[in-house]
Amino acid sequence: MAGALVDIRDVSKVYGMGDVAVHALDKVSLTIEAGEFVAVMGPSGSGKSTLMHILGCLDVPTSGQYLFAGERVETMGEAQLADLRNRRIGFVFQQFQLLNSLPAWRNVELPLLYRTATDRRAMAVDVLGRVGLGDRVEHRPTELSGGQQQRVAIARALVTNPDMVLADEPTGNLDSASSREILEMLVELHASGRTVILITHDPSVAAVASRQCVMRDGHLYEAVAA
Amino acid sequence: MSLLRTFQTGLRGIAAHRLRSILTTLGILFGVAAVIATVGIGQASTDSVNSRIASLGTNELTITGGSSVSAGVQGGAGSAATLTMADVTGLQDQVGAPDILAVAPENQTSSTIVNGSLNSTSTVQGSTAGWLTANSRSLSEGTFFTSSNVTKHSLVVVLGATTASTLGATVGSQVDIANTPFTVIGILTSTGSSGFTNQDDLAVIPISTDQDLLAGQGKVQRIVIASTSTTTIGSAYNEADQLLLQTHHITNPASADFTIVSQSSFLSTAQSVTATLTLLLASIAAISLLVGGIGVMNIMLVTVTERTGEIGLRKALGATPRDIRRQFLIEASTLSVVGGMMGVITAFVVGIVVPRVTTIGVDIRPAPVIVAVAVAAGVGLIFGVYPATRAAKLTPITALRSQ
Repeated sequence: MAGALVDIRDVSKVYGMGDVAVHALDKVSLTIEAGEFVAVMGPSGSGKSTLMHILGCLDVPTSGQYLFAGERVETMGEAQLADLRNRRIGFVFQQFQLLNSLPAWRNVELPLLYRTATDRRAMAVDVLGRVGLGDRVEHRPTELSGGQQQRVAIARALVTNPDMVLADEPTGNLDSASSREILEMLVELHASGRTVILITHDPSVAAVASRQCVMRDGHLYEAVAA
Repeated sequence: MSLLRTFQTGLRGIAAHRLRSILTTLGILFGVAAVIATVGIGQASTDSVNSRIASLGTNELTITGGSSVSAGVQGGAGSAATLTMADVTGLQDQVGAPDILAVAPENQTSSTIVNGSLNSTSTVQGSTAGWLTANSRSLSEGTFFTSSNVTKHSLVVVLGATTASTLGATVGSQVDIANTPFTVIGILTSTGSSGFTNQDDLAVIPISTDQDLLAGQGKVQRIVIASTSTTTIGSAYNEADQLLLQTHHITNPASADFTIVSQSSFLSTAQSVTATLTLLLASIAAISLLVGGIGVMNIMLVTVTERTGEIGLRKALGATPRDIRRQFLIEASTLSVVGGMMGVITAFVVGIVVPRVTTIGVDIRPAPVIVAVAVAAGVGLIFGVYPATRAAKLTPITALRSQ
C-alpha cells in the first residue's frame, strides 16, 4: 500500500454548515496505483466533481486523509498545493480552459512559467508535435477546432511530465469523431505508462479505462469488471 | 515564478486589452500632466511677480501716518495728519540715520492737468528734491526741482513719460494744474512697470506749492525713504522707527502713530498669494490624479472579475497566490507608470505650446515632475493592491467554474 500514487482514506467534504450542510463526499476511500487508468462515473450531483477537485489537489477535504505519492495533502497550504499540482498533476478540462489571447505554444508553456524551466518554447513545441499539432504552434485557440483545442490542452497537461493526468469530462464538448481521437490519446498515454484518471458521466467513455468506479450520493463504489 | 516572467505575463495581460489599458492610462496621464502644468504655471507667475516687484525698488520704505479714530470709526492709514515736514528733516539726519540715503515727503492727489486743448487726469505728487533718489527714478529730459524751488513755492512740474505724451508737453511747456500755470522743467524716464499704480502717469511738484493748491497747509501724507542699499534696508527701517518714536514722544512702540512698510513686505505678501494659488491649483490637480488612481482600481477590479477563469486556470497549473497578486500589481502599476510618463510628455508639450499662444508662462522644474511620476506609480500600486488581493484569494475551483 505504501507505494500507491493516490491513497484516499475516509475522506469527507462538507459544503455549508448546520441544516444546509451538503455532504458532497461521505467517507470515501480510494487507492490508485501508479500506471492505472481509472474512470470515475456518476450522474451530476453525485460528488464526482468534488472527488476530482480533491484528487487534483484543487481543494482539501473537510476530514480524512489524502496521501499523494507519499505526501500529506490535507494539511497543505495554498502555495504548497499549487507547487504539488504544478509538479505532479496534468489537467484536462471539459471547457479546454485555453487563454484565447495567447497562441497555442504560449498556452502549452503556461505551467512551465510557474517552475524553473529553460527552453520553454522548445518543450512546448515538442509536446504540440506529439499531439499532432506541430503545424499549429502559432495558432490561437479561436483558430482551432474543438478537437484541436483539447489536444492543445492535453499538450499543456503533458509538458510538465506529470505523475498523473486528470481529465474532467474531456469529451463533453466534442463531436463523436473528436471524442474518439481524444480518448485514443488518453489510452495511448496509459499505454506509455502514465497514470490517467478520467471523470465522466458517460459509461461508453468510461469503458476505455481499465478500472471503473461509480459515485452516487457522495459514496464511491467499485464497479465489477464486466 | 521569477519577477521577470511575472512582468512579461503582466505586460501581455495589458496588451491583450489594449483599448481598456489606454483609457485607464488616460486618467493618470491627465492627472500627472495637470499637476506638473499647474505647478509650472504657478512657478512662472511667482517669478514674474517677484521680478515686477523687484523692479519697483526693494530698498524703499514708505512711512504713513497713523489712522484716526473719529466717532468710533477707524479711518484708513494716513487719514490722521501725524507726519510733518519736521519728520522729513529729522530723517535726513546723517548721524542719527546713517543708512538712510534719501527722504522725500509725498502728498498725492488726482488732478486734471491741462495743456491747451489736451488734458490728462493724473496723479499729482507734492514732494521735495529728494523724491528722485528716494523713488529710484531718473530723468530723460530736463532737470528736477531743487530745495530752493520748494522754499520759493515755485510753479514748476516734472511729468511722467505717459502724462507728458498725453499732454504733448515737453520741457519748457506751460501746463495748468488746479487752474494755475506750471512750467514743465523735466520728464521722467519710463519705468516700464505698472506696479500697483501707473508709475509713468504722474506729475511731481514742490510740496510747498502742493500744500498751497491741493493738499492743504502742513499736510504730509507719507514719507518715502531709500536705504543706502538693499542690504541696509533693515537697519534703515530701525533708524526711521526710532527717530519717529523719539520725535513723536511715543514710549510704547505698539501705540505708534505711523506705519513703516517696505517693498519687501509687498514682495512677501505677493509671494504668499501666488504660493497659495499654486497650492490650490495643484491640490485640484492632485485630486484629478487621485481620481485617475481610482480609475485604475476600477479597471483592475473589472479585469479581475472578467479574468476569473484565467486566474483559476493559472492556479490549477501551479500559480501561487503570490504569483497572481504580483501579476495584477504589475499590471496596475505599469498602467500608472506608463500613464505618468505620458503625462510628463503632455505637460512638457503644454509648457511649450501655452506660452506661445497665450500670455501665461509655464516654468517646469524637475522636482514636481519627479514627485508627480512617483505619486502616479504609488497610486497605481496602492489602488492595485485591493484588486490583486482579491484575485489572489480566488480558489481555483470557483474560478474555473466561472467559465
